[in-house]
Order: sequence, then structure tokens, then C-alpha cells
Amino acid sequence: MQRRNFIQIIGLIAASLLLPIQAFAAVWNKTAFEATKAENAIQGLGASPQIPTSKDIEVIAPDRAENGAVVQIEITSYIPNTESIAIVVEHNPTPLIATFNFVNGALPYVVTRIKMAETSDVQAIIKVGSQYFTAKKRVEVLENGCG
Amino acid sequence: MGVANMADDIKMRAQLKGDITEVKVLISHPMETGRRKNDMGETIPLHFIQLVTVTLNGKPVLETQWGTGVSKNPYLTFHLAGAKIGDIVAVIWHDNLGQSASQQIAVTQG
Repeated sequence: MQRRNFIQIIGLIAASLLLPIQAFAAVWNKTAFEATKAENAIQGLGASPQIPTSKDIEVIAPDRAENGAVVQIEITSYIPNTESIAIVVEHNPTPLIATFNFVNGALPYVVTRIKMAETSDVQAIIKVGSQYFTAKKRVEVLENGCG
Repeated sequence: MGVANMADDIKMRAQLKGDITEVKVLISHPMETGRRKNDMGETIPLHFIQLVTVTLNGKPVLETQWGTGVSKNPYLTFHLAGAKIGDIVAVIWHDNLGQSASQQIAVTQG
């Protein structure tokens, strides 16, 4: 009986430890978003800086942006089981722009508008299980949009 | 601080097109980087959305985290598979000052 109680208590402790970890997934990734170098932002996402390029990721962005304050980009991943898309702009003061996690039938596709400080690659980083893949598109920026 | 009721500040559309529901969201928010100065030369404080969560009939489908690099008045398009006409798509955002707003819309035929 004592042993059984012990196991139940261990079970309760394990369950209480799991709860904050699940909640943590929705907490803003401060380390990655406040990083001022792209490689640190990418490490903050959990990826290594050397990410293989994939032709199954499409990054659509203008060749030239008159005003860096509003640059529309479209990212599609054709890689099966894509979990998330991150957008990184190497030459921005804080390079990580956004992360998008897709579950329950949301497709790995997003259109959004971003700020660009200067001419830079717009990099999409795709997470598939424990693996990461990337694709880039260079955008020439004529006016700093980062204030 | 606290939860501001700013539902009017999120414009949404969810349209079924073939098998895919296209959702478009436009949020009114300054998305201040904390680096801009006003006409008096004073720094405008950091004020930006950090989290946006989208649900379909109450079930999470998209969780997105933002830095200050998302443009003022953020815009999003994304696609949902398996949604039907009348299903409810809801969006809620939270910013770094503890403010938030939400909005929801039913899926219509595109």
C-alpha cells in the first residue's frame, strides 16, 4: 500500500512538471526575438546555423522595395509534415521577424508584411520534426523601414 | 493594461475556396520598435504584438509569435484544410504591454 501511494505521488509530481512545459510552448521566445545577429536568432529557434537549403520551400518577395516599412512576403513549404515557418531578415536590428506554428489542418503557408532596414536576404526556416530547412530571397531596400 | 475590448480593430475574412479555407486578417496596431523618435525627439516606447493565436471551432490551428519586424497594422493570410461553411475562425492577439483583442468570423463560400 505504501509503495502504491509512493507511485501515485510520483505520478502527480510528473504530471505537475509536464503542465508548465506544455504552457511554455505558447510563451514568447525572448532569446530568439531579441537576438541582434541572425545566427543567434536561429540558434534561439533551436536550429544550428548551418541549415540545408531546400527547393521545396517557396519565398515570394519583391526584388526591390521602395519603402522598407511594408514589404509583403509569401512563404510556402511543400515539405511533408512541416510544423513551423520562421522568417529571418539578416540585416535587420533584430533579425527574427516571426514564427508560425501550424497544427490541426493549418497548411504551411503564410502571407504577411514585414519591415526591412536595408537590402537583405529574407530567409524562411522550416521545422520538420527535429530537422530544419531553409530558402532565401534577396530584397533590395531603398528606404529604411525599421525607424 | 489589461484586456482592451478592441474587436473593431481586427478585420477578418474566411472563405472556402475548393477544399481550402483562405483566412485574411488585418489588425490595427502601431508595432513600435522602440527605436523611433517623435517630433519632440523623444523615443516612442516599444509597443508590439508578441503572440497571435488562431482557432477553428475552438481548436488551435495557428500560433504565431512576432518580433518588432512585423509591419504596422499587421496583415496575415493563411490556409486551413478541413473547415466547413459556418465553422468559426477566431483570432486573439497579446502585445508586450499586456493588451489584447480578439475577433471571430464564420467561414463563408468564396
